[in-house]
Amino acid sequence: MTILHDDVTRAQLNRFGQLRHFLTLEGLGREMLTRILDTAESFIEVGSRQIKKVPLLRGKTVANLFFEPSTRTRTTFELAAQRLSADVLNINISTSSTTKGETLSDMLQNLEYMKVDMFVVRHAQSGAPHFIASRVCPHVSVINAGDGRHAHPTQGMLDMLTIRQYKQRFEGLKVAIVGDIQHSRVARSEIHALNTLGAEVRVVGPSTLLPPGIEALGVTPCDNMKDGLDGADVVIMLRLQKERMDGALLPSEREFFRLYGLTREKLAWAKPDAIVMHPGPINREVEIASDVADGSQSVILPQVTNGIAVRMAVMSMAMSGQIAELTADDEV
Amino acid sequence: MSSNLEFRLAMETLTERVRALIADRNRLPRVVGVRTGGVWVARALMEALGWDGPVGELDIAFYRDDFSRHGLNPTVRPSSLPFSLDDEDILLVDDVIMSGRTLRAAMNELFDYGRPARIQLATLVDLGRRELPIQPDAVGVTLRLAENERVKLTGPEPLDLELRYIAS
Amino acid sequence: MTEFVIRGARVLDPAQRLDRVADIKVRDGRIVRLGEHLQAETVVDGRGRWVLPGFTDLCHHLREPGQEGKGTMASELAAAARGGFTRVVCPPDTRPVNDSGAITRLILEKAAAAGSVRVLPLGALTKGLEGEQLSEMDGLCQAGCVALTQARRPVCDLRVLRRSFAYAASVGVKVFMGAQEAALAAGGVMHEGVHASRMGLPSIPSVAETIAVAQLLLLAEDTGVQLHISQVSCARSVEMIAEARSRGLAVTADAGIHHLLLTDEAVTGFNGQAFFEPPLREEPDRKALLEGVEKGVLQAVVSQHQPHDPAAKHMPFAECEPGATAAELVWPLLMKLVTRGELSLEAAARALTTGPAEVLGISAGLAEGQPADLVMVDPNASWTLTPDALISQGRNTPLAGWELPGHVTRVWRDGEAIWQDGHEL
Repeated sequence: MTILHDDVTRAQLNRFGQLRHFLTLEGLGREMLTRILDTAESFIEVGSRQIKKVPLLRGKTVANLFFEPSTRTRTTFELAAQRLSADVLNINISTSSTTKGETLSDMLQNLEYMKVDMFVVRHAQSGAPHFIASRVCPHVSVINAGDGRHAHPTQGMLDMLTIRQYKQRFEGLKVAIVGDIQHSRVARSEIHALNTLGAEVRVVGPSTLLPPGIEALGVTPCDNMKDGLDGADVVIMLRLQKERMDGALLPSEREFFRLYGLTREKLAWAKPDAIVMHPGPINREVEIASDVADGSQSVILPQVTNGIAVRMAVMSMAMSGQIAELTADDEV
Repeated sequence: MSSNLEFRLAMETLTERVRALIADRNRLPRVVGVRTGGVWVARALMEALGWDGPVGELDIAFYRDDFSRHGLNPTVRPSSLPFSLDDEDILLVDDVIMSGRTLRAAMNELFDYGRPARIQLATLVDLGRRELPIQPDAVGVTLRLAENERVKLTGPEPLDLELRYIAS
Repeated sequence: MTEFVIRGARVLDPAQRLDRVADIKVRDGRIVRLGEHLQAETVVDGRGRWVLPGFTDLCHHLREPGQEGKGTMASELAAAARGGFTRVVCPPDTRPVNDSGAITRLILEKAAAAGSVRVLPLGALTKGLEGEQLSEMDGLCQAGCVALTQARRPVCDLRVLRRSFAYAASVGVKVFMGAQEAALAAGGVMHEGVHASRMGLPSIPSVAETIAVAQLLLLAEDTGVQLHISQVSCARSVEMIAEARSRGLAVTADAGIHHLLLTDEAVTGFNGQAFFEPPLREEPDRKALLEGVEKGVLQAVVSQHQPHDPAAKHMPFAECEPGATAAELVWPLLMKLVTRGELSLEAAARALTTGPAEVLGISAGLAEGQPADLVMVDPNASWTLTPDALISQGRNTPLAGWELPGHVTRVWRDGEAIWQDGHEL
């Protein structure tokens, strides 16, 4: 089955094919993904300087719109924007005040009139950043900081950066993504990027946590860890939310850990030099044993450093795409 | 222009001027080239002067003052300064100086790495037409070009100066 | 106009399995002759046109009373007339809910004043459609409701559902039921399949419908109620309904026009215009629905007309309200299927005329003596769907920009012209 790259994909590029918003990794080509990674590498270098700040977005205003609380993600975006010399507005919106879509549109248009240049959007509804980018504030660049179960493209890219740093390549790499794939926007973003970059992806979990028809996205579903981890170069563990027990998706954390929790014994099925990743925050002894999380194969902490660089990269690239588009519009 | 001669003459002049520049100095400066042409010139200069040590490389994409007009250079690569700048003498090297804007950006970037004792500037070609009060301390050749003429350093192997005409 | 002849049109009457060029003579609101060389003082040139019995829509949301921001009886009945409908069945999920004879009478009065299309209300099966207490079914029928329904709202307690069916059976009224098991569908906004998995949207599995179809069929068998299943969306549902009919159960069913044309892929790009209840399913389901219409397992195709104000679709996908404006589009869209070779002309005509009439237990057709409810269409017209050019107050459609074949040019109800060449009369 072929899946058409939809207008979410198209909506994030300007007419020159440059990033203009950053909504999803689906449909972004290998060249674009590589460019994001390369740009992020340059920003990692910036983070090692005495003054960890470049004047790129000086005079630009970035609004962090968090419709769903997330201190970790918001902090890295805030730091990224500040290191680009942008002015940052943090707006936490309790969902109750925007249950009506009208309120959402009105509020965003207000910000647009205040000449905000970029929105970083975290929202509980899949597709909300796309809605804002395409229907509400077309002139503002929208960066998706996680929408429902749909996408978390900056997290996906920082994981790609980590993999590239440790494995130097994607082609032919065997990557196992383990746990609650169904409810994971991170997994969806990783799947798209890994597919495009040429890795072989398996998703591992009980069928209650695997999205139906996921094979069509080009991944191999596995319901047991032995097959899923066999010969893997990279093992990505996902966070298991406690509420999954209430929805009758799982019997208990204990049984989940027994079947799918990453222990030394299970990790031995992967390649000896396999790396272990986790988007965090970690539930120790639920999806991952402490000795594995803190062990020599774990690259969980370097992931955090890469997060800021990737966010600086996509923010500057999207702003650049916005500028290119506005400049071209002016010339017309 | 192209017959390597022009380049070799300019390079020789630049080498001599830099040698003179540091003649009374009791320590050698750290050499930093502005990517891409400046790095090539910096390497050639080090070789001609018989200096050892690493060449710092600056990618000024994040410091350009025309981001709001032209956006980000898509081929940005990490800057690399494999030495501390604090209290060091820095010899900043670029292939061509014209408006001075590139070197302003380069100096801004340098200061984000530390506080050098002094910065001196060496450029292979000076085209005049300055828009900022920045003057090189050592120049290989000074050229005055017509409106439709551009000069470009090609390289890295062999290095050469090329005169190009643009459609006006 | 008390007497006129439509001359030289291709006459399509599924009731008589008629398809030939003929003249139709109308006098005092009834068809008096079908034949050649008929004379009257007024002659309508029908050459190059087709004439069919007036269409019947089994699901048309008028929005009035209560949601006039989305549509009014005047605007939506005009849209129905433009679509060739002379009769529309309107669900009871208005504000207030049509769960009493008084409200039914109010609706009928307002409808009569607002437009020329016949309005046939559905009454609520349970009070307030809440699925708990029986409505006064006989009172609703006396006031003019043609059948009862839950309008896609759940009856979670199967005992209540069984008793409401049993009671409806004794009142002798038909029930229209959407098929969806509430717990299996909870939170879902699109079909469970690869597209939902890809977009990370909460989804509704096919089994949420098929389990409900099975329950409805078993309860109809058990209680003897006359059952009509509204807007089925799954291949397996069509199969189960066909099987029940082959066993002699007098169940009927319909499909929404969009479900014959689109699949869940239309949701791609978080397109809120493609948000439907039931959700758009997959290609095999679409094909099975078409086959169901072709074979008469599904008697009717409905517009499932749901006009909205712009704000209803100006939201992140899951917060959009479901449905599309469609009354004006059903015939051209069916012709699109006919020109693509996906449906026969005969089946398309039947699904808007004799099919829905059979569901309602009324007669339809162009036989002599029938009320002169007529639709004239231009089969050669071709046009582009521009939402702003719709008559309906709702401009919400996933089909904007589609090239459509066929156009309704004139509509008569009881021999009175109610639509002609782009204008309501």
